[in-house]
Amino acid sequence: MTTTFTLNGKQVSVDADGNSPLLWVIRDTLDLKGTKFGCGKAACGACTIHVDGKAVRSCSYAVKFAAGKEVTTIEGLSTEENMHPVQQAWMEEIVPQCGYCQPGFMMATAAMLKEIPNPTDEDIDNNIVNVCRCATYYRMRKAIHRAAELQNATTK
Amino acid sequence: MKHLLTSLFILAFMGVCVAFTEVSPFGESNRSSEANLDEAPFDIMMKVLTHKRCVNCHPSGNRPRQGEDSHIHNFNVQRGADDHGLAGLQCSTCHQSENNDFSGVPGAPHWGLAPVEMAWAGKTRVEIATQMMDPARNGGKNLDEIVKHLTEDELVGWAWNPGIDHEGKPREPVPVAKDEFTAAVKAWAAAGAVIPEQ
Ligand code: FES
Ligand code: FES
Repeated sequence: MTTTFTLNGKQVSVDADGNSPLLWVIRDTLDLKGTKFGCGKAACGACTIHVDGKAVRSCSYAVKFAAGKEVTTIEGLSTEENMHPVQQAWMEEIVPQCGYCQPGFMMATAAMLKEIPNPTDEDIDNNIVNVCRCATYYRMRKAIHRAAELQNATTK
Repeated sequence: MKHLLTSLFILAFMGVCVAFTEVSPFGESNRSSEANLDEAPFDIMMKVLTHKRCVNCHPSGNRPRQGEDSHIHNFNVQRGADDHGLAGLQCSTCHQSENNDFSGVPGAPHWGLAPVEMAWAGKTRVEIATQMMDPARNGGKNLDEIVKHLTEDELVGWAWNPGIDHEGKPREPVPVAKDEFTAAVKAWAAAGAVIPEQ
């Protein structure tokens, strides 16, 4: 079945079984490797993307549901001109260790900051529940607060 | 002889059907198992409503339950302001409008928690039924709307089609067939929606 949606601002059509996980389509059909496969069971968050601006775990999202929607992956988080505040903060705080989980965390963080522009530590604990095997949580917490500052500075 | 046997068989079969229809309190023979023939509609209905497939998402408090053992939902999942999760961690981050057989994540339309005033966990069936009939605790529903919710809502209907879990094992469905449940709910409502003392 053909499914048409917007991926990082460009319309794409893919021919795939409608029940294929969107993650597989993004990585294997559309060849964008930034989004990672961790567990395949909606448990780790490595595959987090945005669908219509909301965080979605793409390993557990059938491609047919993406029809007509706006899908954003880590590759589409920044614009040509501006790095996303989350990316900027991540660089400033030198967050990644091995890096595998990081795109998912950054997409989850970017989605949260749209809804909660000034998250407390508790908001971070409750909303960002992805898994990092390298345990970069401490640096991520700092980076999330920094991203909020950067985002609020640019939107003022 | 052959005709005689066939006739006897047909008569015997008709007798079974008549007997079956007569003992059915629903006036229609849509019972799925003979073992349930003596049960009151209320008992049949409450077997479903007290099952974990329903109660896991009618929790007391702000944490959904999951699994066959009704453990607290993993990942610190919480109710949120609109019963659909926190602002950055919505139910729809993982749950879509149908079961996902790749991940084992269950799904159905408007997946989310019942409002906290509809909490069922830890309550007796009489408490649950009383609460369900109280417009202050049932979202302002009248009896017809309750019957419609129980028998037609797609999220309620998921309890008969709960999909597979993360290990590929089928989740346990509610213990009464859907048509039997529907008939029981309607019979209970038609007879005045009486809630027994216990
Ligand atoms: S790969 Fe999707 S949540 Fe782990
Ligand atoms: S940085 Fe290695 S898993 Fe998170």
